[in-house]
Amino acid sequence: MSSGEVSPIKAVPLPHPGRWLTVAAMLVLAAMFVNALVSNPLFQWGVVGQYFTSETILKGVGQTLYLTLVAMVVGIVLGVILAVMRLSPSPVLSTISWVYIWFFRGTPVLVQLIFWFNLAALFPELSIGVPFGPTFFSVETNAAITPFIAAILGLGLNEAAYMAEISRAGIQSVNDGQVEAAHALGMRRLLTMRRIVLPQAMRVIIPPAGNETIGMLKTTSLVSIVTLAELLYSAQSIYSRTFQTIPLLIVASLWYLLMTSVLTVGQYYIERHFAKGNARTMPMTAWQRLRRNFFTFHSPRPQAPAPSVTSSSGGIR
Amino acid sequence: MTAPMVKSEQVHKSFGHLKVLNGIELEVSVGEVFCLVGPSGSGKSTFLRCINHLERIDAGRLSVDGELIGYREHGGKLYELHEKDVARKRREIGMVFQSFNLFPHMTALANIMEAPIRVKRESAAVVRERAERLLDRVGLTHKADVYPNRLSGGQQQRVAIARALAMEPKLMLFDEPTSALDPELVGEVLDVMRQLADDGMTMIVVTHEMGFAREVGDNLVFMDGGVIIESGHPRDVLAKPQHERTKSFLSKVLM
Repeated sequence: MSSGEVSPIKAVPLPHPGRWLTVAAMLVLAAMFVNALVSNPLFQWGVVGQYFTSETILKGVGQTLYLTLVAMVVGIVLGVILAVMRLSPSPVLSTISWVYIWFFRGTPVLVQLIFWFNLAALFPELSIGVPFGPTFFSVETNAAITPFIAAILGLGLNEAAYMAEISRAGIQSVNDGQVEAAHALGMRRLLTMRRIVLPQAMRVIIPPAGNETIGMLKTTSLVSIVTLAELLYSAQSIYSRTFQTIPLLIVASLWYLLMTSVLTVGQYYIERHFAKGNARTMPMTAWQRLRRNFFTFHSPRPQAPAPSVTSSSGGIR
Repeated sequence: MTAPMVKSEQVHKSFGHLKVLNGIELEVSVGEVFCLVGPSGSGKSTFLRCINHLERIDAGRLSVDGELIGYREHGGKLYELHEKDVARKRREIGMVFQSFNLFPHMTALANIMEAPIRVKRESAAVVRERAERLLDRVGLTHKADVYPNRLSGGQQQRVAIARALAMEPKLMLFDEPTSALDPELVGEVLDVMRQLADDGMTMIVVTHEMGFAREVGDNLVFMDGGVIIESGHPRDVLAKPQHERTKSFLSKVLM
């Protein structure tokens, strides 16, 4: 004990028969599933392969990605603004935000989409002018609200309501002391929000926002009903002609899976970026997580001891 | 005689039904180290926070460098100040918190540079030079690029002091700056404060460090229950307290 060679504990690892049994059962089920995929000719894999990279489908994929991007940008920007309004000391702004969230979260996004698309039935003309006074500029609603604009309004405005609540939770997770410190330095409310609170709130906002983005990617398929040629609509346009419904739905599903997988990986890296200076250990990247799950079948490896933070303090003055 | 840096006349403050400040009357002159001591809940921290308008007062008058805090007086009437003007006033008043409140997403240097660049709109080069000088002054030059969670409590508080000084304030408020520290780290923060006092900074310090108050303080006020029980030179008050409550408090904190 005295002349300290420390020898690590050598012990027989705890056996995990349950894990092995589960793996065996899952392997059997997976084999059955693959067999069904391969042996059932009705899946028509040849057709899937033929259309997977067809021009119509690729255009649909592009449109879906574009819609997701624009709708999320609208949703996040408007959502953060709504959250800041909701938490503002002004009862007017706070109430406006509350009403917005109440309305857009309280009605189905599909209904909102159809509503925007049919706006012309309600207001045949859109015009800009003095309220109850002269008009400066006027346009026919049907010309202004294209299917794409209707889709962005429907998806983006609805998303903003959800992002507002997510952002609010993030903003409220930041310690009050941070705001006080910023105010004590003479920073004004909006500057404090932008430079001090929001960057820290991001750590809380990003994971659910990532979920929202993945959700949005799939929700864009609703837009097919306003005749916008995104991925699902493109697949439908083909199978309504060829009646190869199942293979084309598989094509669409594979593309959705591919895109959500890419988004999932991207989310890890964004989370890591905003964790700087906050978490002692960075969140794992997708690759690290994969490695851990596949190569540490037994109990997790002992972690290297966290570097001591307080012990190296202050000798130098 | 010059005008006082801080002047408090009959300041009252309540949180709901709880009366926290009950007629605080005091003056802090320029260049003075003014210590506020008293049991927790005595209102000393609240009073400190009123000075830079983190709390608003209910009654009385509180002014810094001859200007009212939070209000503007015109023709015998008080007008509430715009947020912009409150913020401008706060630039001149540095504050150091018990819990440091460094910005965790910025390095030590970036913490110090943030406000001068964003609030006073000074050029980055000028601010960087000043920030480096301040880090040197608190002995943390080698920690410039380190995030706060890699600093000890004492180091964080020294960066926080440098951050407040970067705004070149004419008054510094210290709210129990060493209360959250391990005992062995208290000294390094008090050293920085002592140095600051020697340089002639006007300081109001809420503290339980009686040794610091006796050594560095020019004036000491003992508060309890939202009122000033007694005041005077720290050496006199600490050695010969006149009031029973002061005696019993000091007997518990003095070793």
